[in-house]
Amino acid sequence: MKNKTNFPSQEEETCPSRCPDNSAFKQQRLPAWKPQLDIVTVLSSFFLTGAFCLTVGVCLILSANSVREIQVDYSDKCSDCSKFRENSSNWNKECHCSVNFTLKEDILGDVFMYYGLQNFYQNHRRYMISRSDAQLLGRNVNIQRSYCAPFTTYKNGTPMAPCGAIANSMFNDTIDLFYNRNSSVIQVPLLKTGNSWWTDKNVKFRNPESYNLSSAFAGTARPPYWQKPVYLLDEGDERNTGYVNDDFIIWMRVSAFATFRNLYRRVRRIRHFADGLPAGNYTFQISYNFPVSKFKGRKHVILSTVVWSGGSNPFLGIAYVVSGTAATLAGFVITAIHLKLRKKKTYFQRQ
Amino acid sequence: MAFSVDSAWYRWQRLGAPSQAPSEPTPLLPPGRDNPKLSLNKWRVVFPGSGRQWKDWKQASTFYSGNGIQTTKYTWFTFVPQNLFEQFHRLGNLCFFFLVVLSWFPQVEIFCRGVTLLPLVVVLLPSMIKDAVEDYRKHQYDKTINSSKTRVYDKEERAYVERCWKDVRVGDFVQLQCNETIPADILLLHSSDQSGICHLETANLDGETNLKQRRVVRGLPGQNALFEPEFFQSTITCEMPNNNLNKFQGYMEQPNDERVGFNIESLLLRGCTIRNTEVAVGIVIYAGHETKAMLNNNGPRYKRSRIERRMNVDIFLCVGLLFVMCLIGAVGHGIWTGTFSEHPPYDVPDEYGNFLSPALAGFYTFLTMIILLQTLIPISLYVSIELVKLGQVFLIHNDIDLYDEAADLPIQCRALNITEDLGQIQYIFSDKTGTLTENKMVFRRCTVDGIEFSHQENAKRLETHKELDLDDEDFTKLQPLTLPPPTVGRAGGAQQSPPGALRRCQSARARVQGHARSRSLGRRDSSQSQVAFSSTIEKDVTPDSRLLRRVREAALQTESLSPFIPTRTSTAFADFFLALAICNTVLVSTATEPRQRVTIPPPIKPPGITLEKIHQIFQRLKLASLSQSFSSSQSSSELGASFGARGPEEPLPALGSGDSSDRGDSGDRHDSSDRGDSGDSGDRRDSGDSTDMGPASLEEMLQSVSSSSLPPALCYEAESPDEAALVHAAQAYSFSLVSRTPERVTVRLPQGTLLTFDILHTLGFDSVRKRMSVVVRHPLTKEIVVYTKGADSVIMDLLEDSDGESFPCVLAEKRMKRIKEKTQKHLDLYARDGLRTLCIAKKVLNEDDFQKWANFRREAEAAIENREELLMETAQHLETKLTLLGATGIEDRLQDGVPDTIVALREAGIQIWVLTGDKQETAVNIAYSCKLLDQRDTVFTINTENKETCESLLDLTLEEVRKSYEWDKPRRKIFGIIPTAPEAPEAPGTEFGLVIDGKTLSLIFQGGLQEKFVALARRCRSVLCCRSTPLQKGMVVRLLRGQLRAMTLAIGDGANDVSMIQAADVGIGISGQEGMQAVMASDFAITRFKHLKKLLLVHGHWCYSRLAKMVIYFFYKNVSYVNLLFWYQFFCGFSGSTMIDYWQMIFFNLFFTSVPPILFGVLDKDVSAETLLGLPELYRNGQNSEIYNLSTFIITMLDAFYQSLICFFVPYLVYKDSDIDVFSFGNPINTISLLTILLHQALEMKTWTLSQLVAMMCSLGFYLVFSLIYNAVCLLCNPPSNPYWILERQLSEPTFYLLCLLTPPAALLPRFFISALRGTFGASLILKAQQIDKLPKGQRDLEMQKLRSRKATSGASPAPNDDLDQSIGHLCVSPFLHPAAAAVSQGHTEGQGLSSSAVSPLRRGTPEEGYCFYNRWAEEESAATDSSAGPFAPSRGTAPGQGSGQVPKDRDPRSSSGSHRRSVSAVTL
Repeated sequence: MKNKTNFPSQEEETCPSRCPDNSAFKQQRLPAWKPQLDIVTVLSSFFLTGAFCLTVGVCLILSANSVREIQVDYSDKCSDCSKFRENSSNWNKECHCSVNFTLKEDILGDVFMYYGLQNFYQNHRRYMISRSDAQLLGRNVNIQRSYCAPFTTYKNGTPMAPCGAIANSMFNDTIDLFYNRNSSVIQVPLLKTGNSWWTDKNVKFRNPESYNLSSAFAGTARPPYWQKPVYLLDEGDERNTGYVNDDFIIWMRVSAFATFRNLYRRVRRIRHFADGLPAGNYTFQISYNFPVSKFKGRKHVILSTVVWSGGSNPFLGIAYVVSGTAATLAGFVITAIHLKLRKKKTYFQRQ
Repeated sequence: MAFSVDSAWYRWQRLGAPSQAPSEPTPLLPPGRDNPKLSLNKWRVVFPGSGRQWKDWKQASTFYSGNGIQTTKYTWFTFVPQNLFEQFHRLGNLCFFFLVVLSWFPQVEIFCRGVTLLPLVVVLLPSMIKDAVEDYRKHQYDKTINSSKTRVYDKEERAYVERCWKDVRVGDFVQLQCNETIPADILLLHSSDQSGICHLETANLDGETNLKQRRVVRGLPGQNALFEPEFFQSTITCEMPNNNLNKFQGYMEQPNDERVGFNIESLLLRGCTIRNTEVAVGIVIYAGHETKAMLNNNGPRYKRSRIERRMNVDIFLCVGLLFVMCLIGAVGHGIWTGTFSEHPPYDVPDEYGNFLSPALAGFYTFLTMIILLQTLIPISLYVSIELVKLGQVFLIHNDIDLYDEAADLPIQCRALNITEDLGQIQYIFSDKTGTLTENKMVFRRCTVDGIEFSHQENAKRLETHKELDLDDEDFTKLQPLTLPPPTVGRAGGAQQSPPGALRRCQSARARVQGHARSRSLGRRDSSQSQVAFSSTIEKDVTPDSRLLRRVREAALQTESLSPFIPTRTSTAFADFFLALAICNTVLVSTATEPRQRVTIPPPIKPPGITLEKIHQIFQRLKLASLSQSFSSSQSSSELGASFGARGPEEPLPALGSGDSSDRGDSGDRHDSSDRGDSGDSGDRRDSGDSTDMGPASLEEMLQSVSSSSLPPALCYEAESPDEAALVHAAQAYSFSLVSRTPERVTVRLPQGTLLTFDILHTLGFDSVRKRMSVVVRHPLTKEIVVYTKGADSVIMDLLEDSDGESFPCVLAEKRMKRIKEKTQKHLDLYARDGLRTLCIAKKVLNEDDFQKWANFRREAEAAIENREELLMETAQHLETKLTLLGATGIEDRLQDGVPDTIVALREAGIQIWVLTGDKQETAVNIAYSCKLLDQRDTVFTINTENKETCESLLDLTLEEVRKSYEWDKPRRKIFGIIPTAPEAPEAPGTEFGLVIDGKTLSLIFQGGLQEKFVALARRCRSVLCCRSTPLQKGMVVRLLRGQLRAMTLAIGDGANDVSMIQAADVGIGISGQEGMQAVMASDFAITRFKHLKKLLLVHGHWCYSRLAKMVIYFFYKNVSYVNLLFWYQFFCGFSGSTMIDYWQMIFFNLFFTSVPPILFGVLDKDVSAETLLGLPELYRNGQNSEIYNLSTFIITMLDAFYQSLICFFVPYLVYKDSDIDVFSFGNPINTISLLTILLHQALEMKTWTLSQLVAMMCSLGFYLVFSLIYNAVCLLCNPPSNPYWILERQLSEPTFYLLCLLTPPAALLPRFFISALRGTFGASLILKAQQIDKLPKGQRDLEMQKLRSRKATSGASPAPNDDLDQSIGHLCVSPFLHPAAAAVSQGHTEGQGLSSSAVSPLRRGTPEEGYCFYNRWAEEESAATDSSAGPFAPSRGTAPGQGSGQVPKDRDPRSSSGSHRRSVSAVTL
């Protein structure tokens, strides 16, 4: 208090008058735009919004309807394998099954093959953080200090590469698509690279620097659930193995929901499949490795095309249509009320 | 600690000097002096730091605290920990600290540990910086204070040497010079003043600018000799340091074991300034932090505004919500985990491979969720609110409309955190004097000896003044021109002098007062004029020509030996004005050098023969008055001649001189005219009488007086403005007070003679006695005269029944009676005109009586116990059997714009109460004149001293009021289609006013009648509490606050309003005439009452609506954002995952969405200032908390839930079953919700200034830029989560844009729809006002008029929160509900019977007249009982007698006038 009291006297010495400035800011007279909701702006905003949303919505629905998609659930069809996998002692034994399906019409354009998982909570908090981005960048880091625990090292101290629960639980089914054309079986050519984000493949994931991959990963071990070490993920392609393996990268991009799909392969548009997948009978040859029964999950294979507005999900269009309708309706309601009240003249109205 | 040190020292000292038996009982000694154990803790012993006891001193002074002060809270090292510690006292901060700690446990950790610290840091850091800066400033200030210089006696050098303040020690001798600031609490031992007086200005302590007197310790030997610290050997024992500024006790033990007591009268307090005293020497008693000033230094008080209280409730609601959400998460997670028979691969075990049990997992989830959803509690809200309030205070402070040019003072906002309370006021409690009125007392009328002098010209002058007030810039130019002819007489004197001088002086003073808080370290400009209570209006008194003639005639008649009655009159006149001049505590200083007070009595008493002559005249006068005999003598004729001589020379001589004496520079002229006069009379005397000293000597004397010690124009400094007004009035009639010391007072008589009275005693004013007296010895007659001045009610009772014991003349007795009656009539008249009345009386004592009384008095003064009562008793003993001289009417003019302001505030739905210590009549009249009461109002007056009566009166009145409400109700139902507004419309014209006095109030408080009183009072348009004590004022405010939970504002200007100002939610001080105490206690300080209008209606409304909207927006913002995370929990097994990167989340609240609402909180204007002032009705919006209350909070919460649902589920459904990853999913959600939140803000914003637009754009831009950079750069910034390249990628997808286009409008659709409907359908007044705002100016006024008139016809009422019917239902169970029931009550108690009988006249009266006026005149009772008597006791006996005579008798003279419709039916009981 004592201090405060001193200020005025100091001020007094410097400025004789304490009259406040008569400036627009200090007197709160800044020029301002005062939006007012009058009937014209309100109605025009409602109707314009409504019209716009309805138009966009219809377009979106139409475009979403043009998406062709087929989804095959193979968790039941491969029940044998599923049971086989429940016994964890069979972890390194192979189990194959095939699933047939029929395309009633052609799927034209780029066809994407996804695997879908149901009830797999990749977004579980402790699961989500169980990774080491530094390790995936190819840096030599002490993963003990990362969030990978308990999937960091084996008991003997060998570090896992890659570490963490996400990597450990990587989806490892292999799915091949065969086209049964006139009793001959043609394997559909599938692209396994170029499915992940460019930035992921080229920036976010790097293999450790070394003259060859196996030496780069020397001194590390595969995660416990894996059947082969990380540098053998794609034995055929140097640029698609190790951490930069597309399947691995895609798996490491943790999906948002428990039911999700990840891009697995793209149909290579050559020969019979230059326009997409022709109608007919197809078979998925699946090497069943990924157990889902213990969390009551399901697995799918999805073949789908995409359009500019995304996938087959028509919701965005529906949402637009609904919003547009709501806005239009609101506009009508307000018009009605306005017309009714204008007769009464009981409210103040701008002339 | 100081206690123990002191007591230890005392013990030590006693051991050292065991022979310390009290040699003489001093009254000031404590009773427990013989018992050392008792007194040990009470006393501090100070040894002088010189001479013999130097050793003692040296040891002692190390124990007492030094004079260096340190007001800083922190040191360099303790700053961080201590500041943190203090900040964690805030619940919010502590809570967040807890969260930070929580997040360090790996089980519940969500984010990188450091990240959680950020919000806390952002909140703590600004406060920390603020504290540091403040503390540093304090440190700098301390340094300057500590190193300022003072002169301390040095033992070695045997002289006073300059030393820093901080080096002053207890026991040091300090020499102070004029205008020096006192460095410590010092016991005054010597003053250069002959009478041992030292003048003190305490403005730094309490803001009072009038000087206080301190005197050297009485009974100190060698007073007049030069003070030699060397020989001062006494030991001083005094109180322990305490903060009581008005109490100090102790004694001084001299080497010869003699004890001398002293009290506060001798203590110079640190921080005060020495004035008018050349040199003062004292010994330091308390130093540094132990000084009274420092002990009184409390920090600024912290108030919590209503919104903040509301907010805290809502924060608790949010905490509840958070708890529920976390619980849902915990339970959900537990159940979810429990459903697995086997652990799925995504259920990650802990480090050691162990899995959590569902219950434990649930518990951890609970904690995790707390961290995750912590933003639900808006921590940033505290910081934002503080920023917003700073901005608001800045804008209020800079409002040019609240700037007072005359005082050069803008509004002072002393409390920074209750700006928005200004917009919610429901009750205003106002002081009357100085708040509604100017507190510039103007002498208006007087009655002397039963003859009334109306002072018409004075009234005219005041009118002129008012006009001049309007444009005082041109005052100097206009004044000579605009003065109407009646005041032409002054022109001669006034024109020569620059009339602006005084105005300048006044404004300079006001400025100084505004600065009074400033501590001037002796550098205050001594030339600054600081004249308390003298404004131009007060000083100019145009004498009534009739009275002037009377005075002259009186003198002539004395001369012409006329019969005794006129002679007596003449004495009465002279005495009257003498009393006006003497009977006060006014101090005199001069205008040219105001601080040089005239304390030196005129160097020579009127010398020689001249004196003799005057003596004779007075003796004769006295003889004439006492014995009605007269003697003719030459000298008396000469006196008359001197009176007469003045007459012919000037038509209105006194008028001229009275004026000129006030005009600073014209003083010379005045003096010369005086000299002329006195010279004149001197000549005459010379011619008539043989003289030892000729006229020359007299002239010489006067000349010397005028040239040296008696400066030309006198300034009076009074403790109350009434006194100043009276002194000025006396001066106008040439009885001017020339100087005053505690012992003597000098008055210049019309003849120019100086008369010096010895003051034998001054009995100061107190509120119980309501009067003050001076006992003087007349210098000529040597009589002892008591002049008493006081409230009429008191003085009238103390008057002597018969005139003079020596002359029991029937005629005289009759005459006295007549005078008394006449005066009473005049007094009533004055009161009706709203004048403050004072009666002047005198009493002549004979020597013996006085000696007897003086002895009593001395004993009383020396008493230890019951001292106050004894003093009171002695005072009352003296003030009896007075002779009435006359009475004065002083006007306290209404301030500019008061009625207008009151009307506007009332229209705004604010109930205004006036709490005043003033007389009922005066208060009522002021209330009418400031439109607080309307002529058509029904006014209930409750004055009683009996509890039962009071209770039944309250019941009765309540019933009456209730009835009128009942009448209104059906009307409302028939005509009103829907009772839209919450306020109950009252029929216009049936509004009620309540007048209640202090006694009744205390009855109400003691008798537990508060509820009834409140129930009644809240229905009254206005309530006047008269004769209320400061304490009662505070109690009333507290009562209303407590019972109605209403927002109260108290406004006042004086020390008596402090308790009220402190009790109210908002205290407003008026920096006016009565010092700074009110201002010091207040939250806002304004200079005029009219500023209240803009302060409340405009700033209050703005601040409220801004802050309320901002707070509610913050809640909305946080809830809608945090809910996004919560919804996600349903899709991630309640595991506590987030889909938004934490940095983006934190930045969202801290940066992306924080600036627009803050700017909104500072700048938004929902309605323009002009419209707000034009439509005070708009204020109700804040009063009823329409913007921020539980329902709006809930609605907003629901809206937030809805919006978050839209913002979450639209993207969810869009991305469902796709290959979207977590952060890619979170990114559009984050963007959408940012857009929604900003758009929401845009919808709320009513005024778009450039800054707001820019802020809005910047927020969005910053978000995009930050996110883009962050997403592009950060590969490993925030390890587990990695939003690399997400925004970039999404910006290339049409879905993202489509989402951003759709979702925000969809989320805001309902809100927009509702607000559109509100604008079209049931448009609120605010909306109408906004529409009006858009109109061009002329049309706007027209529309406002229309709206207002409609309001008026529909019947606006000031019942802000109306649950009337309910409360009235249980309150009115009195037997007076129905006339029939009332008739039954016969065997009731007196009180009830009394009231029931009062019902019947009322019943008759009301339908016919529609107005009634209950008046319980308690005078009969009060006459019988003393004021000290209990409230219950007296009326027991009297009531039956009164009850039997229940005649409705019109006691109020107003009703008979019939000119207005204020009809009254009073019930006399």
